[in-house]
Amino acid sequence: MAQGIRDRVAIIGMGCTHFSERWDAGPEDLMVEAVGEALTDAGIARDDIGAAWLGVFFDEQSTGKSALPLSLALRLPNIPVTRVENLCATGTEALRGAVYAVAAGACDIALAVGVEKLKDTGYAGLPERTKGTFEDLYLPGSTAPGAFAQLASAYGARHGFSMEQLREAMAHISVQSHANGARNPKAHLRNRITKEQVLAAPMIAYPLGMLDCCGVSDGAACAIVTTPEKARALGKRDFVTVKALQLAPSNGVEMGHQSWDGSYTLTTRLAAARAFVEAGIAKPREAIDLMEVHDCFSITQLVLMEDLGFSEPGRAPHDVLAGRYGPDGAIPCQMDGGLKCFGHPIGATGLRMAYEIYLQLLGRAGERQLAAPSLGLTHNLGGIPNRNVASVAIFGLAA
Amino acid sequence: MGWLSPPNVRPAAGERAVCNWDEDSLTLGVEAARGCLRGQHPPRAVTLASTTLPFLDRSNAALLATALDLAAGTETLDVTGTLRAGTTALAQALRRGDAMTTLLVASDAREARPGSQEEMDFGAAAVALLLAPADSAGSGPVLAQVLATAHLAADFVDHYRMEGEAFDYALEERWVRDAGIAKLLPQAIATALASAGISAADVQHCVLPVSAAAAQRLVRAHGLDKAQLTDTQRAACGEAGVAQPLLMLAAALEIAIPGENILLVGFGQGVDVTVLRVPANAATGQRPLAAALGARREEKSYTRYLSHRGLLEVDFGKRAERDNRSAPSVMWRKSRQLTGFVGGRCSTCATVQFPKSRVCVNPACRASDTQEDLRLAELAGRVKSFTEDWQAYAPRPPAMYGNVEFEGGGNLLMEITDAAAGELAVGMPVRFVFRIKDVDRLRAFRRYFWKATGR
Repeated sequence: MAQGIRDRVAIIGMGCTHFSERWDAGPEDLMVEAVGEALTDAGIARDDIGAAWLGVFFDEQSTGKSALPLSLALRLPNIPVTRVENLCATGTEALRGAVYAVAAGACDIALAVGVEKLKDTGYAGLPERTKGTFEDLYLPGSTAPGAFAQLASAYGARHGFSMEQLREAMAHISVQSHANGARNPKAHLRNRITKEQVLAAPMIAYPLGMLDCCGVSDGAACAIVTTPEKARALGKRDFVTVKALQLAPSNGVEMGHQSWDGSYTLTTRLAAARAFVEAGIAKPREAIDLMEVHDCFSITQLVLMEDLGFSEPGRAPHDVLAGRYGPDGAIPCQMDGGLKCFGHPIGATGLRMAYEIYLQLLGRAGERQLAAPSLGLTHNLGGIPNRNVASVAIFGLAA
Repeated sequence: MGWLSPPNVRPAAGERAVCNWDEDSLTLGVEAARGCLRGQHPPRAVTLASTTLPFLDRSNAALLATALDLAAGTETLDVTGTLRAGTTALAQALRRGDAMTTLLVASDAREARPGSQEEMDFGAAAVALLLAPADSAGSGPVLAQVLATAHLAADFVDHYRMEGEAFDYALEERWVRDAGIAKLLPQAIATALASAGISAADVQHCVLPVSAAAAQRLVRAHGLDKAQLTDTQRAACGEAGVAQPLLMLAAALEIAIPGENILLVGFGQGVDVTVLRVPANAATGQRPLAAALGARREEKSYTRYLSHRGLLEVDFGKRAERDNRSAPSVMWRKSRQLTGFVGGRCSTCATVQFPKSRVCVNPACRASDTQEDLRLAELAGRVKSFTEDWQAYAPRPPAMYGNVEFEGGGNLLMEITDAAAGELAVGMPVRFVFRIKDVDRLRAFRRYFWKATGR
């Protein structure tokens, strides 16, 4: 019986760039910036790294395929580098590669880097892309907001919420994310907004207005991982370990089978259940101290509260409005501003979430620091509700 | 366009049918054919008659037959080049000696220059008829029998459209009326009536797809009653080109009673005349034309109409720059799925799915190679979720799409057409229509797929 990844790998250094429209920086600048911070944090040299994983989503748009963008940017000493891509779970997938390599004993120290340079497209929103030679022939020419907006109509129908009621809860989520982002110097969007502004914003894809959508940002984030033994040998006393790292891709049920009603993300539920088992957590609502979830759109964050098991079915709008997921709530969510305000450079996002949990667990989150959290969860949803790759990772302080 | 040509606009009355951005003569033809074939045995031959076929060289009739999921052995033919294409094809199909049923689809969606008389007159429409030789065995009730036909060829150029031109060039209406219609039609009509063994007085319905003034003259010349003239439908949908005489025939058949005779005339560089009789055991009570005219949506924006027709270049934003290159090898491999909207039904668990795949999507089944073909096009559907997307490129913003569940199971994220913002709802029933999916401007190509519509 496989024992899973719990406590077998330690994170000894992390880095994250300022996420923004980085007109001044290309992907290589972003990678150098993030990795530099992580190396200093870990107290190791670049040549101590035994293997690296690079996560990039829009390869042609951003920085190119393969190991080369990372190897070239950092002038790595020809160590193995693996480029991975798993939609918006790409950053977490890169971390998974590095973590598994260390757990397998293939190398002592591994590096996971996620990077995305989106703002060279010349237009707002995510870049246009093909869905492949067959699917382009029948799937709608959809956008991310349009695909996620579907959740709102289906959720409202299933749980008996009018769109006005749902939009109010969604607006609350965006207002909270902006308030959180305002306290994060690395966040893309640091302005506070009001519920009225959210509801009055131009419609992007009904019922998602502009302020229901996350930022399209440039950025990079990274993690340096090793074994707990090596971490101690490097002089680390308090450090963060990986408690669970799970991935659940769709297999076609949501897109093709009538059992899915469009109101939830199936894979999140599967990945979360596995992660809690891997982490040995019997009561997640009591155990998890904070979370960073894939709030690409306000409605996504809302339904995720149920998919992750933190709200009862049909209760997420009430819980959100009651402040359950605010900084003073039972389980603070998106303390760093989330995708909404920290920003969403796709390949970097999973690692950016881990970065916030890492800072919070180590008490280094500055103005937004929570009181002594010990377990944090990150979640990505790559793709669209109809089919996607969900990842759930849990991090905690080493025992 | 009243500022340009008040004489054109002032006498205009009624409505004209125009295509949505995702419709053309082919999609109109498919829609007409589906209605015609409902409850019928599939035809063995398909003739598509039009002067506005989307492809000059690529069998439009074969594409139409694939959209109808007809057998691979179906004979297909495109007929074009004259407004008589439909009436000539009708006569030819009936003259076949091999008892072969033919689906005749007459469709036209002619473009007109803004401000022209044609812009006021033209309508887009398609008509489908199922034809069988009189001696064919086992045919059920018929709508009408053909008694006689007569034909006349004459290079009388009342209008023309050269290769590569978007618009017709029309000659003076008075000359067409006096020197063309008034001179050429009587001769052919007389021949056909004589051949049918009836006189003009025996004709209850005159299908004369000509101007009202010209029709009046013909009525007088033949000693006919004005009341015998079949409505041209010009006020209801406009002048429908190749589809026009058959559209009027459909109008006549909706009101004709057994024993009545119909005179069907096609005019365009010659004349076709067909004399038909509604038999005693005729299938009556069908009103497809009334149904089609009733399923209308008003286009209230002239600039949007111009944009749909490619007559006004608007800024659709950078997302519209996407390269819509198609992979013909994939289109061929998946032809029945994409064009015929044929999905799969698992022979183990009966789950319906699109696309048809090697492994069943039902999480409780997942059996391999169990899927049988199932045409989804004629199934009912239901909207499970939707959006109105203002960010996506769409020729008619917002882009509307949603999860649609098929009657009997299966789900697909589909475009929803012929709908405006605010009209969609979860649970809304939909049916499926064959439409233009994308346009590849770089390679001058158009590809088709099925969409959901609440109409």
